[in-house]
Amino acid sequence: MNKPIRIVAILCLAMVAALLVGATWRQFFKADDFADDATNRRVVDEEFSRDRGAILVGRTPVADTKPSDDRYEYQRTYPEPFLYAPVTGYYAYGGSITGVERSQNSILSGEDDRLFVKRLVDMVTNDATQGGDVALTIDADAQRAAYDALTDLPGDVQGAVVAIEPKTGKILANVTSPSFNTNDLAVHDQNQWSKNAKRLENDEDQPLLNRGVQTALAPGSTFKIVTAAAAISSGKYDADSMVPGGATYQLPLTSGESGQIGNEGRDCGSGPIPFKQAMENSCNTSFAALANEVGADAMLEQAEKFGFNQEYFDDLQRTDGESIQAISVFPEDMDEAQTGQAGIGQFDVRATPLQMAMVSAGVANQGVVMKPYLVDELQSADSEVLERTDPEQLHRALSAEDAQEVTDLMVATVAEGTAYPAAIDGIDVAGKTGTAQSGIEDVPPYAWFTSFAPAENAQVAVAVMIQSADIPREEIAGGVYGGPIAKAVMEAVIDE
Amino acid sequence: MPSMTPFGFTHRSRRGAEAFLLVLALAVGIGAYLYVDLGVRGEFPPNAWLYSGWLVLLVLAAHVTIRLVAPYADPVLLPVAAALNGLGMAEIHRLDLAAGEDSAVAERQLLWMTVGIVLFIATLVFLRDHRVLQRYTYTCGLGAVVLLLLPMLPVIGQEINGARIWIHIGPLSFQPGEIAKILLVIAFAGYLVLHRDALALAGRRVLFVDLPRGRDLGPLLLMFGLAMLILVGQKDLGSSLLFFGIFVIMLYVATERPGWLIVSGSLFVAGLATIYALATYVPAIGKYMAHVKTRIDIWLHPFSYYGEGTTDAGRQLVEAMYGMAWGGLIGRGFGEGQPWRISYANSDMIIAAIGEELGLTAVIAILVCYGLFVERGLKAALISRDDFGKLLATGLAFVVGLQVFVIVGGILRLIPLTGLTTPFMSAGGSSLVANWVIVALLLRVSDQARRPLPDLQPTETPDDAATQVVKL
Repeated sequence: MNKPIRIVAILCLAMVAALLVGATWRQFFKADDFADDATNRRVVDEEFSRDRGAILVGRTPVADTKPSDDRYEYQRTYPEPFLYAPVTGYYAYGGSITGVERSQNSILSGEDDRLFVKRLVDMVTNDATQGGDVALTIDADAQRAAYDALTDLPGDVQGAVVAIEPKTGKILANVTSPSFNTNDLAVHDQNQWSKNAKRLENDEDQPLLNRGVQTALAPGSTFKIVTAAAAISSGKYDADSMVPGGATYQLPLTSGESGQIGNEGRDCGSGPIPFKQAMENSCNTSFAALANEVGADAMLEQAEKFGFNQEYFDDLQRTDGESIQAISVFPEDMDEAQTGQAGIGQFDVRATPLQMAMVSAGVANQGVVMKPYLVDELQSADSEVLERTDPEQLHRALSAEDAQEVTDLMVATVAEGTAYPAAIDGIDVAGKTGTAQSGIEDVPPYAWFTSFAPAENAQVAVAVMIQSADIPREEIAGGVYGGPIAKAVMEAVIDE
Repeated sequence: MPSMTPFGFTHRSRRGAEAFLLVLALAVGIGAYLYVDLGVRGEFPPNAWLYSGWLVLLVLAAHVTIRLVAPYADPVLLPVAAALNGLGMAEIHRLDLAAGEDSAVAERQLLWMTVGIVLFIATLVFLRDHRVLQRYTYTCGLGAVVLLLLPMLPVIGQEINGARIWIHIGPLSFQPGEIAKILLVIAFAGYLVLHRDALALAGRRVLFVDLPRGRDLGPLLLMFGLAMLILVGQKDLGSSLLFFGIFVIMLYVATERPGWLIVSGSLFVAGLATIYALATYVPAIGKYMAHVKTRIDIWLHPFSYYGEGTTDAGRQLVEAMYGMAWGGLIGRGFGEGQPWRISYANSDMIIAAIGEELGLTAVIAILVCYGLFVERGLKAALISRDDFGKLLATGLAFVVGLQVFVIVGGILRLIPLTGLTTPFMSAGGSSLVANWVIVALLLRVSDQARRPLPDLQPTETPDDAATQVVKL
């Protein structure tokens, strides 16, 4: 009987070997998959029990961790939740994390490889793992000015402001309205969290939306900056040229009034007018004509050089780790009628406030569009700098000379045209207003404004978008509301 | 190999080695127990001395008994069992601390271990020769069948967590299947020793394998019927697989015919497939067999049975996988994991709980210990001088190995998860007591096998005396 006993012994060895392989597979090779799974409550509990790093604006935390006396050791707190909600995002129960909290999660939680040595030291000295800090590019004054000015508008305001440093692409301000209390989502009580999350998700005004980055709408007349840039880089025009004018423009391929573009009573001459006048008075007729003159392909190329049809911003993320950036759209394969409309920022053109701020910033930075970024520095818990973001060029949109021509047009628009509300004493400001038809019945037009200052050596470029507010329909146009907001932000930056 | 032949090689008793290994085993058990309190509460347990002293006494009593009545027994089996038992109790204690002040499963487990050691000693003292058991072949067989059927009776039988394998008499609850598995091994060994020649007769030859004769299939079909009855009537896939598995392996060892393995393996798989198909396509019959289908579905798609909007029936398995992954290579340390998230963490799922807090390192150590235990048991079978002893030791060693494979393999998702205890470690009196009796029986067989033979020098009788023909 010994032979079969030996075979049984081999069989038992094989069973043990199978278990050893299985355990090694589960606990070593597949360990990371399951240990990082957001539905693994151990992960959540562990992170809640950890001294998560702070998110800093300047040296002030806008997201911080405080000792807690409930079942977890620490509580995430947001000292100014409404002001910073669109950038910090929230750190909530059940692995629901957004914004910079999400995109920089590995540093904040302390799991990042760049914190490996620190973690090793902590392990040896038996200290709890401490997360690193993330310093943002946000300028606290600009952020505050933008938020106050935006929310001071009458009624329930829906809108956003984004400000960029043209030379670097640093995002100086990103506010949205309505905003929400991030602390409501950081509560440890799961039922309370679930209730708060449902309320915010179901809110018609969409407070969780970062309208500065996530909402792409028709940019209206602010898009004329791109059209002007295309016209000037075609070589046929400069700031002092004459461009087509007139009270109406019949779109090619159309007939009758429905195909006519007008200027809503602004003085756009009859026949050729100076380029500056066309810009100052935001002449739809001139820019529709210019768009068709340079053609759909050149318009597309120019728009894409400013960043349209691209994803370029990853510092804010959804829970699933995808960027929240909405892609700004300039349509391809348009016919001439559509190109004409696109030239004045209508038809299917869509832009986020971030994108329009980049258009201004690109013109301001001698034609170079910088990649926008929000995370300036990563620091260890001991405030030692681990990594600093280097500014990166996204595209050259214009030559320096052509950029200067466009700047001249925009300065004239503030000095003598529709963008006058953004004028600042003693400083040349370049700007452009915009009013975009929503295209939806009963939905009022969107008010846009974008500008940069000082015109020479610009420190800040800003875009304001008012999706809706309690403003009479006829007052939406002309930068009456957007202009002062942009001015407040620019002043906040330049004062320093 | 010299150790295989009883002639010309004398085993040493190796009691000193056993004593040394026992010190290591005690270090594991007591060390783990103290570390649990340090990790969870930050201080030594109030009953540290009492607990340690008790454990030392139990182990000492077992060791002394072996020295007295089974001096040549295998020196590895007892230390391995003691270490596993101690480590298991520490993890049970850790889950007690997580469950709250009133939970005292570990204390109860220590009492059960005491009962187990008492029975272990009694077995060794009163059973001086394992061949005596052969006399009780049919008594054991009948006893096993009765025990297995008890939980299906009304009143005393009770269904817990979907399996009907418990009986309740007054305040006592008991899993008769654990005792039945020992009786079954004895019964199989006794029966097969007598009938192995008939069963070994070859029948049809298919693909290089001699299949058994059709007329010899009786016992196999009987066991298959019993296995299916346990599966359907008691909803216990684990026990069913275990009992059938032991029988098949012992049948194979007794007859040396691999054909038996093939016939019975196919039979069991066919049985399972039939049940799975019935559960899927014939709802009227299926509802009695749905548990088997559920088990297999959870095995294949655990995450479809986890979380909101599902039946959550896969929670136990998924939490075990999460916990073991969370433990990783070296574990979180006692008190740093969340093993209480796994339901039945202190009984069926104890390996997952240990994997989470002590890591892959401890899981490997434990699996190697089981491997060692089983192989030492089979070694006793190899060197045993009688066929009954060989079959008995093979059966007992294999029952431990198969049980570990079924439960740990289930937790690791190698096979569908079925409820079985992890020998020596899981909380549960019947299982622990039964396993200590298994150790005693294996030690008895190995003692007999390793004991020096009595002096076999030729006697005065002339050589031809033995061959004389009695003439009338």
